[in-house]
Amino acid sequence: MARASDNRHKLLVTSVAWVVALAIFFPILWTVLTSFKTEGAAVAIPPQFLFFDWTTQNYAEVWARTDYLRHFTNSVVISVGSSLLGLFIAIPAAWSLAFSPTRRTRGVLMWMLSTKMLPAVGVLVPIYLLFKSAGLLDTRTGLVIVLMLSNLPIMVWMLFTYFKEIPRDILEAARMDGATPGRELLYILAPMALPGIASTLLLNVILAWNESFWTLNLTAASTGSLTAFIASFSAPEGLFYAKLSAASTLAIAPIVVLGWLSQKQLVRGLTFGAVK
Amino acid sequence: MASIALKNVSKSFGGREVIASLDLQIERGELVVFVGPSGCGKSTLLRLIAGLEDVSSGQLLIDGRDATQLPPAWRGLSMVFQSYALYPHMSVRDNIAFPLKMARRDKETIERKVTEAARVLNLQDYLDRKPRELSGGQRQRVAIGRAIVREPVAFLFDEPLSNLDAALRVNMRMEIAELHRQLGATTIYVTHDQTEAMTLADRIVVLNAGRVEQIGPPLELYRRPATLFVAGFIGSPRMNLLGGAAASRYGAATIGIRPEHLSLSTSEGRWHGKVSLAEHLGSDTFVHVDVAGLGTIAARAAGDLDVRHGETLWLTPDESCLHRFDAQGRALAA
Amino acid sequence: MASTHTGATARLMLSPAVALLLLWMAVPLAMTLWYSLHDYQLLMPRGNDFVGLENYVYFLTDPAFFQSLANTFALLAGVLAITVIGGVGLALLLDRPMHGQGIVRLLVVSPFFVMPTVSALVWKNMFMNPVNGLFAWIAQVFGMRAIDWLAEAPLLSLTLMVAWGWLPFATLILLTALQSLDAEQKEAAEMDGANAFARFIHITLPHLARAIAVVILIQTIFLLSLFAEILVTTNGGPGTQSTNLAYLVYSQTLLRFDVGSASAGGMVAVVLANILAIFLMRLVGKNLER
Ligand SMILES: Nc1ncnc2c1ncn2[C@@H]1O[C@H](COP(=O)(O)OP(=O)(O)O)[C@@H](O)[C@H]1O
Ligand SMILES: [Mg+2]
Repeated sequence: MARASDNRHKLLVTSVAWVVALAIFFPILWTVLTSFKTEGAAVAIPPQFLFFDWTTQNYAEVWARTDYLRHFTNSVVISVGSSLLGLFIAIPAAWSLAFSPTRRTRGVLMWMLSTKMLPAVGVLVPIYLLFKSAGLLDTRTGLVIVLMLSNLPIMVWMLFTYFKEIPRDILEAARMDGATPGRELLYILAPMALPGIASTLLLNVILAWNESFWTLNLTAASTGSLTAFIASFSAPEGLFYAKLSAASTLAIAPIVVLGWLSQKQLVRGLTFGAVK
Repeated sequence: MASIALKNVSKSFGGREVIASLDLQIERGELVVFVGPSGCGKSTLLRLIAGLEDVSSGQLLIDGRDATQLPPAWRGLSMVFQSYALYPHMSVRDNIAFPLKMARRDKETIERKVTEAARVLNLQDYLDRKPRELSGGQRQRVAIGRAIVREPVAFLFDEPLSNLDAALRVNMRMEIAELHRQLGATTIYVTHDQTEAMTLADRIVVLNAGRVEQIGPPLELYRRPATLFVAGFIGSPRMNLLGGAAASRYGAATIGIRPEHLSLSTSEGRWHGKVSLAEHLGSDTFVHVDVAGLGTIAARAAGDLDVRHGETLWLTPDESCLHRFDAQGRALAA
Repeated sequence: MASTHTGATARLMLSPAVALLLLWMAVPLAMTLWYSLHDYQLLMPRGNDFVGLENYVYFLTDPAFFQSLANTFALLAGVLAITVIGGVGLALLLDRPMHGQGIVRLLVVSPFFVMPTVSALVWKNMFMNPVNGLFAWIAQVFGMRAIDWLAEAPLLSLTLMVAWGWLPFATLILLTALQSLDAEQKEAAEMDGANAFARFIHITLPHLARAIAVVILIQTIFLLSLFAEILVTTNGGPGTQSTNLAYLVYSQTLLRFDVGSASAGGMVAVVLANILAIFLMRLVGKNLER
């Protein structure tokens, strides 16, 4: 094929891809743009795309009038907390499944996966009532526990697929080289396992941040995370688009950026290693 | 440097016997090669000696002391793995230094020994690279470097050359032989390649399905294979093995004759047939002749022999080099 | 050294996770089952009488149940169709050499990271609103009547906004699978005289089959419990037109406080999910063997 036609072909692909990508991204872009408009400009007809009076007024108001910071903190505490707690339990489990496999290993892994398939509505009632009587409704502790449990199978599986790729030879070499179990962990295992642990953490923070079933059912808007906070904007009709956009942008920006960083691991994590 | 002795050692995995009761004595400074087809238990045997697997029964002595229950690191052995098992996150320097660091040696000693190993192995220019930035041969050298700095009482190699290309394999084989000559250390070397075994070994242990077929120096195995299996495994190209009338004529169930012990003629001889293939290697020519009733027989001839496909040739065995085996595959006395 | 000692350590390391998941799965499920067999009203905490299968009869004969079941599957089918077909197309597009590939990828995957409540509110207000939404303006420009999307076509609207969030997921997985396709295989097919379409049908699609199956089954897990989008947009309405099984159970529990029949609904959802789960387990299980 001639170079010129190759180049033309690439330009065509590039333009089609960019148009499609921008169309898919448009709702996010539109939200961000609207967050910088006045309320009047936000509902103007015809819509104003770039040439409007840019203002940061909405952010100031969302910040001042709502408890954005508290909800943000709640989201951070709940997503990071449940992920860290989950790691604490999942790492030893995945470790033992990967490095001391027995006849039952396969069964255990499959069973763990099956718990993830249990629909949340199936256990909503008892969990709600248990939480109610334990005073865990509307608490961060309660959500940390529930989200940790509901994501635990994914964490074990993700870590398992990473740990399994650490060659056994290397662990044996370390033992031949005279490393005690503690030093083997410190010098060999930890550095080799760290990337896998980091991506597991990242993906689970994202999942927990965006989790909405438990978050909406077990917390009220006033005490909840950003998910619940945003949901509270659905109540009044004829609400304010620019402020909704500002609040939305604040709620999704951190996690979209984290998501960009973790997109490669995401595939592996969410497919339980079935697609790499 | 140490001697290693195995007494009645056996190993089963979940009821399946992989190594049948085995006795072996390895002398100080000796280079012993375990050879056998894939899956015959070579690695398992090596790992039993290393302590990476527990023996099911029997005893392992290192320098006369019972080491059966010792953890791997206390046996004073170094192992070079088939995959090299280099630590991917460490530089070449740190990889080689690791065993010394684990032994809590002081900084200067470590530095000195690493430098010395790098010099011996020609790795000076690569010390700060990561394993993934090295070629196969260089990785192999790093693995060996990591093994020698500990000054182990014995070296264990598990198919160390199988991941290298043919030319490099020959080079590394010579380097390992040279290294063994320099260090004079007891070495156990596992391979499925009989050429490697023949060229490296002081003594070869031929394994088949978890059993020892024969133990001995390379040429002894070549000249006097104790079993049909060894006869077929050692030597390249393979020994011709013939049964039936050709064998009973010599009072055996099977007879074996190596390609170099057959003389060729265009007019007369014991057996005759048509040439099915002539492999010209330059120095030699291997002629494959289809003999009616016996099958294809390979014979070695001079490199400049001019033979063509379909030509008729006569073959005559050198009777003094004939191997005879009984129905159980055991060699019969000459 | 596979000694008994390390075996015991391994079991000890595994047991917290197993115990927790066992509790998380077994206890609430047993409770759900128990409640589903009793007359249990949150607001009337008198005796919880055993009523046998009455709750199931009540739940399963409620016209809302059949509507919600139909809605659950309609949403599932719609979203899966859009994401799988769209995902294959997008993956094929993104797999080609282009300028700015990295940025294009980032743009395409972004919707997956938008939290469901945000995405639902943005679609509801800024796009589907009959007065101020962008869709209304577009309709106007073309001289058509502005549609009140969520009132007139609630299921379709929900399908679109949910599909928007999952399309990146499907694309990303299919793209990853596509990139593992051996280029020589395609070249060999080309040498064999297969045109682009034939190569897609005979080489690419079979290679993607497994990834497509994974996409379908994983999305199914999440889509069966679709909830937030409904809660903040339609509240299941108008009527029960956009109520799915998860939302129905929620409304029985937290709006009508009828724990008994909500639990019966929960059990029905569990049974449905289990039927689907069997397929996914088979699929992922095969991968374990290698
Ligand atoms: N950890 C193990 N568990 C069960 N069987 C094993 C294990 N390691 C090796 N084996 C079996 O033991 C036999 C010998 O294996 P190995 O020593 O690796 O052979 P070789 O190195 O000669 O190719 C093989 O049949 C193998 O399947
Ligand atoms: Mg082996």
